[in-house]
Amino acid sequence: MNNINFNIILQFFALILIQVLVLNNINFLGYINPYIYILFIILYPVKNNRLLFIFLSFTLGLFVDIFSDSGGVHAASAVTLAFIRPPVLKFSFGMIYEHQTIKFSNTEFGNRLIYFTIMVVIHHLILFSLEVFNISNIILILKKTLFSSIFTILLCVLISVLFSKNQR
Amino acid sequence: MQQIINFVIRNKTFLLFLLLFGISLALTIQSHSYHKSKYINSANFLTGGIYESANSVSDYFNLKTQNTILVEENKQLKSLLYNKENTQSNWVLDSSNSNGRFKFKTAKVLKNSYASSKNYLNINKGEKDSIQQDFGVISSKGIIGIIDNTSRNYARVLSILNTKSQINAQLKSTNHIGSLIWNAKSSEYVQLTDISKFAPVKVGDTIVTGGQSSIFPQGILIGSIDTFELDISGDTYTVNVKLFNDMTNIGHVYVIENLDTEEIKSLETDTNE
Repeated sequence: MNNINFNIILQFFALILIQVLVLNNINFLGYINPYIYILFIILYPVKNNRLLFIFLSFTLGLFVDIFSDSGGVHAASAVTLAFIRPPVLKFSFGMIYEHQTIKFSNTEFGNRLIYFTIMVVIHHLILFSLEVFNISNIILILKKTLFSSIFTILLCVLISVLFSKNQR
Repeated sequence: MQQIINFVIRNKTFLLFLLLFGISLALTIQSHSYHKSKYINSANFLTGGIYESANSVSDYFNLKTQNTILVEENKQLKSLLYNKENTQSNWVLDSSNSNGRFKFKTAKVLKNSYASSKNYLNINKGEKDSIQQDFGVISSKGIIGIIDNTSRNYARVLSILNTKSQINAQLKSTNHIGSLIWNAKSSEYVQLTDISKFAPVKVGDTIVTGGQSSIFPQGILIGSIDTFELDISGDTYTVNVKLFNDMTNIGHVYVIENLDTEEIKSLETDTNE
C-alpha cells in the first residue's frame, strides 16, 4: 500500500514538471500542445477514496494553472474530469468495472483507447471553452480541442504502454 | 437538522466537486476580467525558482541567436551615435548624468508563452531590483508588454499577445493615435483600432508607441501595417499590424521605468476630481 502511495505522489509531481517545463513549450503549428498531466486522473487506481481523488485532481490542475498563468482553467477541467470518471469507466469497460477488478494493464486495447479518447476530449473541451471564454469563437475552441486531443491521446497511449509493460 | 446532515453526507462527493469547481471558475473569471489577477500567478518563489533553474540549462541552446541579436542592436546604436549631425567630440558616457525621464534595466525572460489567448512572460527581476507594476517591457526590436505582477525576485509581464492588453499606439508619420489590442488569432499580428478615417494609412507604414501612455516613451517600434479596413461604422480604421518582434523567441529584455509617472498620475487624478 505504501509503495502504491509513493508511486502516485511521484507520478503527481513528475507529470506537473513534464507538463510545464517541456510540453507547454511545444506549440506545434503555433498552438497545439498536449496536456498529458491528466494521465494522473486517467490512471488513478479505480478502488479509491473519491473525495481524496477529486481533491488531488483539483490540486494537480491548480499547480499547472499557477505555472502557466491561466487563472483556474486547468483546475476546473481536472476536477470535472475526476468527478465524471466513474460513468466513463462504466461505459468503456462495462462488466469488468462492475466487479471492481479492473486493472488498466489487463484491459483490452480497444476499450482502453475508447476510455482515453472520451476522457481527453471532455477535458480539452472544458479547458479550451474556459480559456477562450467567448462563445463567438466556438470554431477556434473546436479546432484547438480536436488537434490537441489527437496529440494528447497519442502521447497518453504511448506512455501508458511504455510504463505498464513490466507489470504484465 | 438530521436530514440536512444526512443530505450533506450522502452527496458529499458532489458537494466537494461543486465547491472546487466553483473556486476554479471564480479564479478563471477573475483572471479574465481584472487587470491584475492577484492570487494565481507564476511570479512567486516556487515557480520562479523552478523556471529559473530550467532556464539556466536551456539558455545555452540559443546563445548564438542571442549574440546575433545583440550585435545587430549594437550596430544600430553605433550608427545612431556616429551619424548624429552635431557630434560632440568629447562624447562622455556618464550614466549618473542622464537627465532623461526614463530609466532602463535589463532582465532575462524565464518563461514565455504565445499559444493561449492570455499570454504572460516571466522575468528574473523583481521588487528587489525596484521593479513595480505598470513598468513597460521592450526588447531591442520592439515592444513586449507591461509588468503586471511582481514578487521579490521575479516579475510577470502581460504580453501584448494577451486579449487583456491595451496599449496606446500611433502612426509614425502622423500623430493619429489608436489602441493596440490582440484578437488571439496569430502570434505575428496585433490589431490597432480606433485610427481616425482621416489618417493617411498605407500598407507598410510603421506603427510606434504613442506619447499618451505614461508607461512607454513615445516612438518605440511596434510593427508595420499589413492590411487595414474601415470599421462597420465607417469612422475608424482597424489595422492589422505585423510585429517586428518575433514573440516566440525572446531572450533579453529591457524594463522601462518612467520617473515622471507619479507626477502624471497625480495630475490626472487632480483633473478628474
